[in-house]
Amino acid sequence: MAIIVDDKTKLVIQGITGYQGMYHSQAMREFGTQVVAGVRPGKAGEQVNGIPVFDSVRDAVDKTGANTSCVFVPAPGCRDATLEAIYAGIETVVIITEHLPVMDAIHIVSVARSRGVVVIGPNCPGIASPGKAKVGILPNMIFRKGNIGVVSKSGTLTYEIVNAISERKMGQSTCVGIGGDRVSGTNFIDVLERFQADKQTKKIVLVGEIGGTSEEEAAEYIKCNITKPVVAYIAGRTAPPGKRMGHAGAIIARGRGTAESKMKALEAAGVKVAKIPTDVPDLLG
Amino acid sequence: MKLFEYKAKEVMKKHGIPVPDGFVVSKPEEIRSLPGPVMVKAQVLIGGRGKAGGIKPADTLGDAKKVAASILGLNIRGYVTKQVLLERRLDVAKELYLSITIDRSRRSLIFMASASGGIDIESVPEDKILMMPVDPIIGYQPFVGRHVASFLKLESEQAKQVENICAKLHELVVEEDAELAEINPLVITKDGKVVAGDGKITIDSDALFRHKDYESLPEDLTPLEEKAKTLDIAFVQLDGNIGVIANGAGLTMATLDSINMFGGKAGVFLDLGGTDDPEKVKSAMLLMSEANPKVILLNIFGGITKCDTVAKGVLEAIEAKKIRIPIVARIKGVNEEAGRTLLKNAGMIPAYGLSEAAELASKESLKVI
Repeated sequence: MAIIVDDKTKLVIQGITGYQGMYHSQAMREFGTQVVAGVRPGKAGEQVNGIPVFDSVRDAVDKTGANTSCVFVPAPGCRDATLEAIYAGIETVVIITEHLPVMDAIHIVSVARSRGVVVIGPNCPGIASPGKAKVGILPNMIFRKGNIGVVSKSGTLTYEIVNAISERKMGQSTCVGIGGDRVSGTNFIDVLERFQADKQTKKIVLVGEIGGTSEEEAAEYIKCNITKPVVAYIAGRTAPPGKRMGHAGAIIARGRGTAESKMKALEAAGVKVAKIPTDVPDLLG
Repeated sequence: MKLFEYKAKEVMKKHGIPVPDGFVVSKPEEIRSLPGPVMVKAQVLIGGRGKAGGIKPADTLGDAKKVAASILGLNIRGYVTKQVLLERRLDVAKELYLSITIDRSRRSLIFMASASGGIDIESVPEDKILMMPVDPIIGYQPFVGRHVASFLKLESEQAKQVENICAKLHELVVEEDAELAEINPLVITKDGKVVAGDGKITIDSDALFRHKDYESLPEDLTPLEEKAKTLDIAFVQLDGNIGVIANGAGLTMATLDSINMFGGKAGVFLDLGGTDDPEKVKSAMLLMSEANPKVILLNIFGGITKCDTVAKGVLEAIEAKKIRIPIVARIKGVNEEAGRTLLKNAGMIPAYGLSEAAELASKESLKVI
């Protein structure tokens, strides 16, 4: 099994002719993803790493049967590109693009939800199901096939934790980086629900950070709906209030969004909470 | 990006929201006439101006100049007043609260309204605040404004004005890419007019590419923050002595947390974003050296670039700035050993994992004290 991406994923990469698109199209293929098409308006007929490039997502879907898209298009054109993918019938859109205006995120997410399309991101590292497929920029070398489902707001911190899990000879079913922006297409609860239903996933790791209330909401959801063991880490335990810690959403504003509040809520839901990321594998053991 | 009150009110006026007549000056002699009795208001991007003596009345031209002179230059909780807004004084009958902002959980815009205006909304009990989300698919409709006005229990004349202001405020937020527009107080005057007594607007800095007119606005940044901003590096000054450089917000915060476990304290949070670009690592090292930490902890989880390439960039920065303080470096990824050897030969302290790096850096920082 695994969730959201697997061996049935047929990927189109929007913005494939840029540096990131070129590099990661190759890396995704090496991971085992079926990368069937790229899109760059005006570059139809070209190839990138042997992958055919089309003018539009519509063409890519018609000619290759693509069902998933990975968006590298820079922020000013990202809303257009994502809505184009949704309109063309793509089922899952992974938005890597960072610095997307929050109004655009709200627009994209509302359209996607009304059409039943899964959007992951923006500003996320993507999603990987080891042995099956990867959509995004997560480094290939850190993964190991297994039964732990990982969901995280972070990028490199996810790599750190996945790597620590793999080094201990445990592996992942699927790892989803949902992104740390204020408005994201997929949140913790969306992913938790899928992990609970997924036969391959036996345990779940949740990586959150200060700001917002999505970890508290996840804790409430876990309490009522998740029977699989959950281990969590919340970044920013020592972050000062009122400072934006890198991510747009990572800020303790007016006493809300603290790590303490999140850790407490998760512990109350029966989740084992790690103090530092390298403790996560111990708590899984 | 937060706008000063005078700028926020300009934007509100542009969108048809009533604001008091007024003008902004940076010197008392720029005041030539008054629109009537005024309030003189310090233009700083921090709350609590009134209590700090940053808002005062003036009735005559001479008065206004004197008051302006006393407020200009005033330090309000670390922010120096460079401009004052002179605004026709309102005859206040009632003060309301109205704002629109982002609801992260609902992934939509949301109106907040309260009949208890003029005080910090955080101190208003929750049952006295209306939360009214705007479904992005439906968009703003007049019923939203009617709902807000009815919660505020207004006379029909004022209800109409508030409904109109709700529509305009929503339009403003969408068109200007604001992530917050707040009117507190929203004043009902004794002659029945509804006017924005104060105005706070925060523009989404990610949307500035389509709002060129905002980019030239002055910001209150320290020289190092300014530099970090041009390099697209997140820089936060903290009160410890370890300078932390890492790539990615979560990883940088996790590095801070790990240091704390070993008794160390971070003095600088420097997040490169999720990149391992050697040039960016190098410029981060250069920037960090200017922040004068006692120890530097570099934690890079590589995705694309090879570790030895990143290490070379670090060495170049050390050479260029003659950095002599202890540097603990952990660079994870391809060619890890080669990178580590390079760093070790240059006198740095290489570490394998995050915990080890945090422990070494903490030990070094305590040694220095």
